[in-house]
Amino acid sequence: MTSHALTPSQTIGPFYWGTIVNACRADLAPAGVAGERIEVVLQLHDVQGAVVPDGLFEIWQANSHGRYNHPDDRRNLALDAGFEGYGRASTFTDGTSHFTTIKPGRVPWPHGGGVGGLQAPHINVSIFARGLLNRLATRLYFDGDPALSDDPVLKLVEPARRDTLIARRDPTGAWRLPIHLGGPNETVFFDI
Amino acid sequence: MKEETYRRPVAGDHPPNLSPDYKSTTGRAPAKPAIALPHTLSEITGPLLANERLDAHENDLTKQRMAEPLGERIIVQGRVLDQDGKPVPNTLVEIWQCNAAGRYHHPGDQHDAPLDPNFYGGGRARADAEGRYRFITIKPGAYPWKNHHNAWRPAHIHFSLFGPAFATRLITQMYFPNDPLLAYDPIYDSVPAGARQRLQASFEMNLTEPEWALGYRFDIVLRGRNATPME
Repeated sequence: MTSHALTPSQTIGPFYWGTIVNACRADLAPAGVAGERIEVVLQLHDVQGAVVPDGLFEIWQANSHGRYNHPDDRRNLALDAGFEGYGRASTFTDGTSHFTTIKPGRVPWPHGGGVGGLQAPHINVSIFARGLLNRLATRLYFDGDPALSDDPVLKLVEPARRDTLIARRDPTGAWRLPIHLGGPNETVFFDI
Repeated sequence: MKEETYRRPVAGDHPPNLSPDYKSTTGRAPAKPAIALPHTLSEITGPLLANERLDAHENDLTKQRMAEPLGERIIVQGRVLDQDGKPVPNTLVEIWQCNAAGRYHHPGDQHDAPLDPNFYGGGRARADAEGRYRFITIKPGAYPWKNHHNAWRPAHIHFSLFGPAFATRLITQMYFPNDPLLAYDPIYDSVPAGARQRLQASFEMNLTEPEWALGYRFDIVLRGRNATPME
């Protein structure tokens, strides 16, 4: 049993930018970090489809070897100096946040103990905004990755909605994923 | 078997995404239920920001500019704990708030109240090994917003915490005890009745420093680990 009651969540509100310190960490991969350098563009839409210009995205990911920079990832895989795997950026007036990072490697399912398979490469995404009373969590997967068809998390999602989690390359080569808070293309959010 | 490293919130802990009295939720709350994920390495790891260097005055919002800001100087301190009451050590705590007149240092805040050139309103602290954190700031003012007729936000300080994992991330707001505006605030009141008082700091005379500042305590409880995680 728990002895202490959870502190409830509240909205980030509209005024964090300019007062929250270091609100922008959009370049996760300084020169020399191993792996395929990628650009990721997330774009936030409200339930009507309008862009959300006052949101905040945070991302968390493994490095190119599939290792999280965290003591609970105890596997014997390389950590990369200078790569923490965390980024955050507010949305611009067009609802987008842009990140420069490396494509993450695969991490195990369900845990590091060796039983089970591997997850497809993915980036974990948190969404905060005025009007969101709770952090929303979703994932970004990469279109065309051969591991997608075996990913155990995607298998939890009804097939018609899986596309809401899969980023596609835009003409500039950036991986682009629209996030819809509602409406006909509502993104799949996860209860973690 | 599902592996559940971190305890899940129970009904009544957090506000519902759709809280119609807070009007912005109607345009932004997802309609479909979130899909429950077993906890994998992706959820039980998270940014610890251990290499983030904090400058000397980041936890003292009254010493970040040329002179002291206007307003009532206060101490806000507490502990970051998990649901078993164990400290969450070394975690980064970020806060932001409006000034004593109720105005944020933000271009989007058009409230007709003065900016204070000596108050920026953002701070950071790293909890110690026992989860203790401490800020010096000024008491934020109440301010009007356009949610409904004669809507006023009660004085509050925004808090952002990471905890040990992606699963423990929390952004919340701290309120002041017995503020009469709390009963009229749809953001505070979005939290179920049994839980919302957890967002009120307590005034404590033993944190209050003579001739200097009133003291408030605000302990923050993040998700705890299940007793026997499956490895």
